[in-house]
Amino acid sequence: MSSYIFVVIGAVLVNNVVFVRILGLCPFMGVSKKLETAIGMGAATTFVLTLGSGTSYLIDHYLLQPYDLAYLRTLSFIVVIAAIVQLTELVIQKTSPLLHQVLGIYLPLITTNCAVLGVPLLSVALDYNLLESLLFGFGSSIGFTLALILFAGIRERLDGADVPAPFKGTAIAMITAGFMSLAFMGFAGLDRFQ
Amino acid sequence: MLTALLVMTGIAIVLGAALGYASIRFKVEGNPLVEKIDAILPQTQCGQCGYPGCKPYAEAISNGEADINQCPPGGEEGIRKLADLLGREFKPLSEEHGEEKPKSVARIDEQLCIGCTLCIQACPVDAIVGAAKHMHTVVPALCTGCELCVAPCPVDCIAMTPLPETLETWKWKYPVFDLRSAA
Repeated sequence: MSSYIFVVIGAVLVNNVVFVRILGLCPFMGVSKKLETAIGMGAATTFVLTLGSGTSYLIDHYLLQPYDLAYLRTLSFIVVIAAIVQLTELVIQKTSPLLHQVLGIYLPLITTNCAVLGVPLLSVALDYNLLESLLFGFGSSIGFTLALILFAGIRERLDGADVPAPFKGTAIAMITAGFMSLAFMGFAGLDRFQ
Repeated sequence: MLTALLVMTGIAIVLGAALGYASIRFKVEGNPLVEKIDAILPQTQCGQCGYPGCKPYAEAISNGEADINQCPPGGEEGIRKLADLLGREFKPLSEEHGEEKPKSVARIDEQLCIGCTLCIQACPVDAIVGAAKHMHTVVPALCTGCELCVAPCPVDCIAMTPLPETLETWKWKYPVFDLRSAA
């Protein structure tokens, strides 16, 4: 039981996809200008990543490994994730127009997010079972959402701050991201406490 | 090698079939009629039809809640096109919703403007620029001539000036044919 909790904590805080693994930086920089878009993107990513790591595990475990096709992982994971995103978009659009409006444009955007491919690949490399893969995907995306929301909050304030001219805009955002990354290093070892 | 090909082909076929099935099974019927009606409406967002904007009016028309003759800025031509689209009889503009006026834009008399920002808040298309206690002005290219800014102005410094027909504003007239039955 405790190992599952540590998988989640590890994915959210210790090995945060954005700040420690440095994955998914394009949406992190691109969609974090406003808090609302950050929340929308985070929710959509959580949805896709959890689903994606589950199905990737199934594909890997029942299709690739028995036939010794581990070298097809990247290719097949991308295909499967892209298809699942499309499928969920269709289903959501039909069943819950409200949710579709909230996630909206972000769903298809996530298909090519490197965190979404990276997390299933990592969970294969870490030899997780199905439940652990699901939790790892969920935890990672919660970590991604956390990073996005924290950063969006900071950037909204940065807009009004008196930043020296050479650092204005993306430059100060990059520096801030670096500091936040350093701060997240403080969580190192938290998941090894037994 | 062969298994790799088979596995990838299998994945592709299964996913493709699932997506194809889902796109039919979960097809969402948007209402194309609303879009078509909205395209005919003049997009002044003036609200004279009794709805908050052109899109809500288009939805109301397609639901049968509103009649087609409630849009003064669209004028007779607009009603004629709506009647064509919906296969209804043409009817003259209903009087309670206003009368057709020549196309015009708002103009602020800058000598009189006190910078109260009331017209800025009223403008549905953000065509008025200015700040509190500073003179405002209308961006003519964005103004739809909806007259919503005229009423709130406390010093009556906004006037509607008709657009003269110049080389820049002239457009092809829609051809009008009188169809007569051969009898």
